[in-house]
Amino acid sequence: MISEHLSEGTSYLHDFDPRLKIIVALIYSVTVALLTSFPLLLLSLFFSLILVFWARLSSGTVFKRLLVVNGFVIFLWFILPFSYDGKELISLGPLVVTDVGVYQVLRITIKSNAIIMCLMALLSTSPTFMLVHALHHLKVPSKLVHLFFFTYRYIHVIYTEFVRLNTAMKIRCFTPRTDLHTYRTYAYLVGMLLVRSYERSKRIYQSMLCRGFNGKFHTLYHFESRPKELLSAAAMTTFVLLIAIGQWLPLGKLITF
Amino acid sequence: MVTTGEIDNILIELRETFFNYGERPVLKGLSFCFYKGERVGLVGPNGSGKTTLFLIIMGLLKPKSGELKIFGQIRKKEKDFTDVRRRIGFVFQDPDDQLFSPTVAEDIAFGPLNLGVPREQVMKIVSNTLAMLGLSGFENRVTHKLSGGEKRLVSLATVLAMNPDVLLLDEPTSGLDEKTTLRLIDILKNLNTSYIIASHDKEFLKEVTNKQYRMIEGKLDILDIQDSLKI
Repeated sequence: MISEHLSEGTSYLHDFDPRLKIIVALIYSVTVALLTSFPLLLLSLFFSLILVFWARLSSGTVFKRLLVVNGFVIFLWFILPFSYDGKELISLGPLVVTDVGVYQVLRITIKSNAIIMCLMALLSTSPTFMLVHALHHLKVPSKLVHLFFFTYRYIHVIYTEFVRLNTAMKIRCFTPRTDLHTYRTYAYLVGMLLVRSYERSKRIYQSMLCRGFNGKFHTLYHFESRPKELLSAAAMTTFVLLIAIGQWLPLGKLITF
Repeated sequence: MVTTGEIDNILIELRETFFNYGERPVLKGLSFCFYKGERVGLVGPNGSGKTTLFLIIMGLLKPKSGELKIFGQIRKKEKDFTDVRRRIGFVFQDPDDQLFSPTVAEDIAFGPLNLGVPREQVMKIVSNTLAMLGLSGFENRVTHKLSGGEKRLVSLATVLAMNPDVLLLDEPTSGLDEKTTLRLIDILKNLNTSYIIASHDKEFLKEVTNKQYRMIEGKLDILDIQDSLKI
């Protein structure tokens, strides 16, 4: 299931207008993804860390989520150092680790951690429904917004259905083993899950139709950006602009290597 | 003799309606008239077609044959039902099918907003509807964390907020404790709306309806007072 408990905090970033958070997160992510300079990358990592502390996220959850991301990144460490031409660092028989390869994978590692931490601090701190509303207000095409919302909504439906079926199995003493009975039971579980989630999603849709749904989501609450929030968002954006300048203006070349 | 006055008062009329689920026939030539001001109870065994009848009235299922007239007009195509759904409120058997917004206020606001009611007025509708059901202060409660009884009442609120002319309630007392059932009886008795309730709860139907039908063999049989005491 999609856990939303990071959104339940009370920090300043939690109260922040989600529209501003989405905008800042977007330009920050794109900029960081394109950075190549190590000092600037480290600076961004530091900035993301500050955001995480600012949002007062539980370090356990942050760590767990970063573990997932780095689970993917670790595969790159097995491949990329060997796949670039450059100065030889270590050679393992026919395999040669080059400096360029190591730099490259190091960049990716820093980038992904910086971006994920920023997204956790800025986006996970708003409930999904709020983000959906914010996307609407930002004039994102409504088809995309609906896709996002219903994916979220129905993953939740499927998950609750799964919990129900799983309990039904457990109370009749089901313990998974490596045998045909277990495989068959799991196959039934998955099949049942699909059928029941489909049926339920159909009923939810019907009930929406009954209440006059015609493909448009109207929002009950309007967002308001307080001047303080606008100021903070402007400050964050300025920071992003500064690292962009550091990377791409000739002036910045001094600190690039 | 049917007088013209009575015809004007017919809200829902089904004639010779047939409906199959795959091979299994559910409605076999059902005819039914529902008049303004009536409070109708529907009884009948599981799978006899009570929910099916509701889904057909709402235009969510299309009958194989038969004529469906609602508010004096024949309803056939999807488009014909836009107005039906605006004026008939359907409360699903399982409140989890009905509640999908994160908070109670947003779920109740969903219908009125769809109907184009201005936002300030919607806020008022939300608090009035909640007050009417004795749920004041529930605005910001998270819907999936409500108790079974609260969910039921909130799902009724989401429909009442649209101020329907007719209510269709599918098994409204299932899973309710005695206290909540009494509360529901109280709410229904104070409504000015005509409604049809499908239920197995005889005591409940006796309290809130003044006419009862039994669904049998895919048709509706009216129950006279003698019968209704026995249902």
